[in-house]
Amino acid sequence: MTERRLVDERISLKHGAGGGAMRALIEQIFAPGFGEVAGGVGLSAMDDGAALPIGDRWLVVTTDAHVVQPIFFPGGDIGRLAVCGTVNDLAMMGATEPLALTCAAILEDGFPRCELERIWASIRAACAEAGTTIVTGDTKVMRRGELDRIALTTTGVALTSRVVTDRGLRPGDRVIVTGTVGDHGLAILATRGELAFDTTLVSDVAPLNGLVRGALAAGGAGVVAMKDPTRGGLSSALHEMAGKSGVAIVVDERAVPVRDEVRAAGELLGIDPLLVANEGKAVLGVRADVADRVVDALRAHPLGRAAAIVGECIAERPGSVIVDTGFGRRLLGEAEGELLPRIC
Amino acid sequence: MASPGGRLEFRDVARGAALTEALAARVTSLGRAPVSVMHVCGSHEQAIAKFGLRAAFPPELRVIMGPGCPVCVTDVPEVDEAVALARQGVRVATYGDMLRVPGTAGSLADERGRGARIDVVYGAAQAVELARGGEPVVFFASGFETTAVATAAVLLADPPASFSVLSAHKYIPPVMEIVAEMPGSAIEGFLAAGHAATITGWGVFERFVERHRLPVVVAGFEPLDILAGLVRLVEVIASGEPRVDNAFPRCVTREGNPAAQAALWRVFELQGGRWRGIAHVPNGNLRLRDEFAAWDARRRYAIDVAALWDHAPAALVAQCQCGDIMAGIASPHDCALFGRDCTPDAPVGACMVSAEGTCKIWHQYGGHPDLREIRRRA
Repeated sequence: MTERRLVDERISLKHGAGGGAMRALIEQIFAPGFGEVAGGVGLSAMDDGAALPIGDRWLVVTTDAHVVQPIFFPGGDIGRLAVCGTVNDLAMMGATEPLALTCAAILEDGFPRCELERIWASIRAACAEAGTTIVTGDTKVMRRGELDRIALTTTGVALTSRVVTDRGLRPGDRVIVTGTVGDHGLAILATRGELAFDTTLVSDVAPLNGLVRGALAAGGAGVVAMKDPTRGGLSSALHEMAGKSGVAIVVDERAVPVRDEVRAAGELLGIDPLLVANEGKAVLGVRADVADRVVDALRAHPLGRAAAIVGECIAERPGSVIVDTGFGRRLLGEAEGELLPRIC
Repeated sequence: MASPGGRLEFRDVARGAALTEALAARVTSLGRAPVSVMHVCGSHEQAIAKFGLRAAFPPELRVIMGPGCPVCVTDVPEVDEAVALARQGVRVATYGDMLRVPGTAGSLADERGRGARIDVVYGAAQAVELARGGEPVVFFASGFETTAVATAAVLLADPPASFSVLSAHKYIPPVMEIVAEMPGSAIEGFLAAGHAATITGWGVFERFVERHRLPVVVAGFEPLDILAGLVRLVEVIASGEPRVDNAFPRCVTREGNPAAQAALWRVFELQGGRWRGIAHVPNGNLRLRDEFAAWDARRRYAIDVAALWDHAPAALVAQCQCGDIMAGIASPHDCALFGRDCTPDAPVGACMVSAEGTCKIWHQYGGHPDLREIRRRA
């Protein structure tokens, strides 16, 4: 009998999908040798960012590389995405006052100046929305064909007096999402013309630090875990939170806010909105006694109008995410590779 | 926000609960266990998975995934042909879920990682559009008689010379015979696919019922359709009078769609072929008729499948137990490959490829394919 390869010899799209393959890559290649941060959060925690203890506070640091095709899409562009992605990763660690961001741009030879100006106008606007600024950067230009137009990498820093990880859940806790899921990913697919039909879908890309600040103020220490469901969608975020916390999460599928257009597109294409990327949503794990208060605080913010309690943590089957469909129950799968429409 | 239960007529949770109860009562009144029935459709599979219906079925009822997912039963050599073409530099268009189906030396997704040009399309017409630029495009076409009609339609609409079809299309009725005739088969009835029957008509199953004395119920794809179809199937089993029953009358007639049938048989003819992990199925494959040879990739290209085999792992397929598992006479634990050489990441047989394949479910659920005990505490 032949031995099966346990490790992929080549990197493929699945390693960037935010699911199990990406986590395995980080564990096997990126994380070894970089130990834990004493009294804080390091790379081995594979959280949204790092938290370095400084006095009685923590410096939260996160970095995010952004590539998206097309670079301009309904509801945003790569610039807005680059600012929001990093601001949101800071916020998911409990750091809602970003001190500053850095931004490195890698451009392809021939990139139009007017598009660059448009992207930077969008970066400025997003920074203003998030209450932060860009303080340093870097520019590289690559030969034509060596890069698909533009890649942006942003790093963010912020101080916080309380770090919220993605592993604080225990049985009985409630899981909240701050709004409709699947908007960004399906808007991008539609813009690429990959849906074979037109939609009016708009990306949800937005800085969440203001929204999260309100939730933290309302829930206090009862907010025990946070994550932004970007690549891999709500499913990946829930799997990570369940796995790291050692609980199972039972999701009430009918409570998950999903726009009619997203639901319809998903039905047609065989794509589960729970697996589709979001860029302006957060998942919060909270103690049961503060859940309603946190939802009220979220709904009071323009970005949290559709916030809802969508699930509950249980002790059985730790690490799994179980969907209660109303008809029965299923295990929620994780996205691997790009989302593929089904034939049957 | 709209909830699926509140808005859509066929997703009424309360009616679902009533049907679930009715199903349990009908199965209990049979007075024996297990009662094994088979569905033969990928869309039934997907709906059962999506709505978590397995956790709602009574424990005495075994709903076995039959050879009904065209992607899953696409045989290794067929995938190899597509991989070989891609490796030879030909642009290949296919359906999204075909991308990850493993052949002898990997899948089309693997090939794309190595730089091959693979396009995911939503339908045959989109593949034709790709070929309109003049560059040769091979459409690796899978699916049963439903999807094959779409392939037939584009071939009848004068496609460009740059377009060709690598047919992995399959025809369901013959494989039902195979399953029914498997020695020791425990299958007591079939749930047939509503959309395929829309084209073939439910009359296509009459001869099968006559020959095998096994009931067939045609069912749709909403959760209520499936539950109602199963209730009907258990009722027919209880009656002891096997017949074809149409539980999808809003779409399916006895005669089906004659125009679609005509298109299908003008373009395709039946041919025997292997279905992954199951058997050689006489008349189970759909191949292009001679008059469409110009668009038949197998006749247009010298497909060098053997070139893939130099470094290929030994064939595990011979040890695959999918056939017996589908017949309800073996469980995944009876298979030496299960969980070791055959996993969802590297599946050998159809039962591990498919989302609702028995092996995939067992693997995913840690050998306990049961979420009934998990209750949400409100």
